[in-house]
Amino acid sequence: MRVLRSSFGPRHRPVVFVPCVRRSSSPPPDMNSVGEACTDLKREYDQCFNRWFAEQFLKGDRSGDPCTDSFRTYQRCVQKAIKDKDIPIDGVDFMGPNKDQPET
Amino acid sequence: MVKHFCCTGVLKSTWDQVCTAFWQRYPNPYSNHVLTEDIVFREVTPNNCLVSRRLLTKTSRAPRWMERYLPKHMSSSAYIIEDSVVDPQKQTMTTLTWNISHARLMSVEERCQYRINPENSSWTEITREARISSGVFGLSRPIQEFGLSRFKTSVTKTMKGFEYVLAKMQGETPSRTLAETATERARETALAAKEKAKDLASHAQKKQYV
Repeated sequence: MRVLRSSFGPRHRPVVFVPCVRRSSSPPPDMNSVGEACTDLKREYDQCFNRWFAEQFLKGDRSGDPCTDSFRTYQRCVQKAIKDKDIPIDGVDFMGPNKDQPET
Repeated sequence: MVKHFCCTGVLKSTWDQVCTAFWQRYPNPYSNHVLTEDIVFREVTPNNCLVSRRLLTKTSRAPRWMERYLPKHMSSSAYIIEDSVVDPQKQTMTTLTWNISHARLMSVEERCQYRINPENSSWTEITREARISSGVFGLSRPIQEFGLSRFKTSVTKTMKGFEYVLAKMQGETPSRTLAETATERARETALAAKEKAKDLASHAQKKQYV
């Protein structure tokens, strides 16, 4: 904390504290979910997905998705959070805004 | 009236690496404005394409002159949807990102194509197109200009964020990026402290005369 003295008279000397703004020097390890209770489920699913994506999906391995269960649990949580927070995601078509755009 | 913007960028990593990094690009030192990230839909199509929908919450940073036109109840964070299709056979990825909140104030749609760089097959080319529009009567032009200017800044941050994550994935230490980040943060901290001091000083001065 730093204390700055103003140039007002001796009886009125407001003390101004400059707060120390502490920020971490590196970003947090993982992102949070929009549903606070879903963050752990999200991170568990993300770990599974990232491994499957790089080691199976991109290599053309169609032997199966090991993340189905963790995805289902995570989705149950996050879809409820989206409803509770009234996030207007329902009825938005996939690639929605672009559907009526002419090809240029 | 709509503002259009188009640009092409190159990442010096393979298409596979870039697509893998795409799912891991948050958080990074350039994405402090991204608060939450969720996959809300995902499936593999019969022709083996991965379709996904990602929901992001970002801080809604409007300049002061624009803030007075925001309805009082409007949230200070914005919701953004990012739809994507990854085709590992054709080695292309298409994404479409747009805001589903604050859309009447300003709507930004960004479409990207990720493909193997035609001149160097170990690199990835990203073609980006954006459409920026505003529905605010009498102010659409300055809002669109603001939106376009902010979009260009965010493109730079996106690419730097990608480079950071790709370097981390490949086991490199992105030291130059960290130095830039440290300088940027020091500058932001100093500015925030200065503003805070100004506010406090003016508040204190007012109190003296009460």
